[in-house]
Amino acid sequence: MNGCLERLYNGIVKENPTFILMLGMCPTLAVTTSAFNGLGMGLSTMAVLVVSNLIISILRNVIPDRVRIPAYIVIVASLVTVVQLLIQAYIPELYDALGIYIPLIVVNCIILGRAEAYASKNPPLLAAFDGIGMGLGFSIALACMGFFRELIGAGTVFSGTPFAYSLPEVYEPVSIFVLAPGAFLVLALIIAFLNAMNIENNGRKKVEGCDGACGNCGKVETCDKRRRSK
Amino acid sequence: MNELWNVSSSPHVRGFIGTQNLMFDVALALMPAAAFGVYRFGPYALCVLLVAVGFALLTEYTYEVCVEKENTLWDGSALVTGLLLGMNLPPLVPLWIPMLGSIFAILVVKQLFGGIGQNVVNPAMAARCFLLISFAEQMNHYSGMDGISGATPLESLKSGGTVDLAAMFTGFTTGSIGEISTLALLAGGIYLLIKKVIDWVIPVMYLVSFTLFMAVFGGQGADPYYLAAQLCGGGLMIGAWFMATDYATSPVTEKGRFLYAVFLGILTGIFRLWGASAGGVSYALITANLLVPLIEKITIPKAFGWEGQRNG
Repeated sequence: MNGCLERLYNGIVKENPTFILMLGMCPTLAVTTSAFNGLGMGLSTMAVLVVSNLIISILRNVIPDRVRIPAYIVIVASLVTVVQLLIQAYIPELYDALGIYIPLIVVNCIILGRAEAYASKNPPLLAAFDGIGMGLGFSIALACMGFFRELIGAGTVFSGTPFAYSLPEVYEPVSIFVLAPGAFLVLALIIAFLNAMNIENNGRKKVEGCDGACGNCGKVETCDKRRRSK
Repeated sequence: MNELWNVSSSPHVRGFIGTQNLMFDVALALMPAAAFGVYRFGPYALCVLLVAVGFALLTEYTYEVCVEKENTLWDGSALVTGLLLGMNLPPLVPLWIPMLGSIFAILVVKQLFGGIGQNVVNPAMAARCFLLISFAEQMNHYSGMDGISGATPLESLKSGGTVDLAAMFTGFTTGSIGEISTLALLAGGIYLLIKKVIDWVIPVMYLVSFTLFMAVFGGQGADPYYLAAQLCGGGLMIGAWFMATDYATSPVTEKGRFLYAVFLGILTGIFRLWGASAGGVSYALITANLLVPLIEKITIPKAFGWEGQRNG
């Protein structure tokens, strides 16, 4: 079970597909105009990703190496069609908002990337958890971007849903944030912020009087160097 | 043996020209146009300029204190950025627009890219485009003042109307605070040329290539009235003399500057003729700024001794 949790952590934090691996940039930049769209896109991708990882992992010894990419595409495309029809039937607003980007989940590089890099080499349970982790990481990232873009660019959050919230009338929306340049701005700012946090956590400061031997050191409990090597 | 000789590496002769002198020269050269704008539009225009400059300086100072960087408040670059941004705003904008614009220019466009000299695009122009896209209504609000109302000369020119050339040259017309008086801007530009703060290639080639482009594609042929109105109208003069020549965002070599200026002229023409709005200098400037690294790459001078060889 530890491996499964590790997969979740890996997908959401350590190798977050959007903020760390920078995969799937097309939907990230194109559909995050609102928090609802971002979250919807993330969850649809996650649904496809989990099942495709599972199927590909089960079939990993059956699919011949030479035709693996077409085989993966067939699996992913079938799943995307299912998801597309489901969204069209049950959440038509989301279907209208996402448009062409739902069928384009087929060529989302996160899905092919996880199939190639992980699901084709690992047992089904781990592969499914890898899909959940990566999918959650993607959903959180997209919802986060959508949240900030909608808040700054339109002055609302989750508009059109029961959780709708809007800023007071006085606020003049900075509409560049719901347009294309805003996507790049928000993505860059979030990544810059995360990198700054990482640098701070990993600590580039040198502890005074450190000779590399931690045995006799009084600061051993709080030392960054030691924590990192553990 | 009592005399100590100072031993140091070259250069041994130093001038006194630094960022500070250059930036204050630019600010000084902008003064006639800014003063004319304030005279023409009244004290509210002065408030807009002051807010823009004030917040540019404040953002610069706050950021540098927060990240413990060397304080560059006194090199004048933030002052010039704020002044240029303010001069490129319509006289009636609400005061939070120059405020937001200055914060965006200094924080996002300048400091996040590494501070002075590291910015990829001109901060004032990027901030103006940011504001234009976000607040189209407020940013195109030129009318509503006593006796000074109606479309800007460029707008009426685009919709087929007539303009008063003499008024456009002296500045008794509508437009952004600092762009209306061609005369005042030319005076500032010539001052910078004489002080050798800028060289002639970029502004002159920019204006020449723009004029040629408009003569060929403008649909009016080489009609001097039309071409002169296009030259005097909009942000072309302030763009050519003060913003295209920004050190950090223009090429280093003469060949590169030539290419850059011609490219700017063509882009401005394209945006003015076929763009949605009448002006196009700000978009042309930031597009050309982004191409500067590529221009630098193809215009690297050959090192001494390599001239005779093919393909350097």
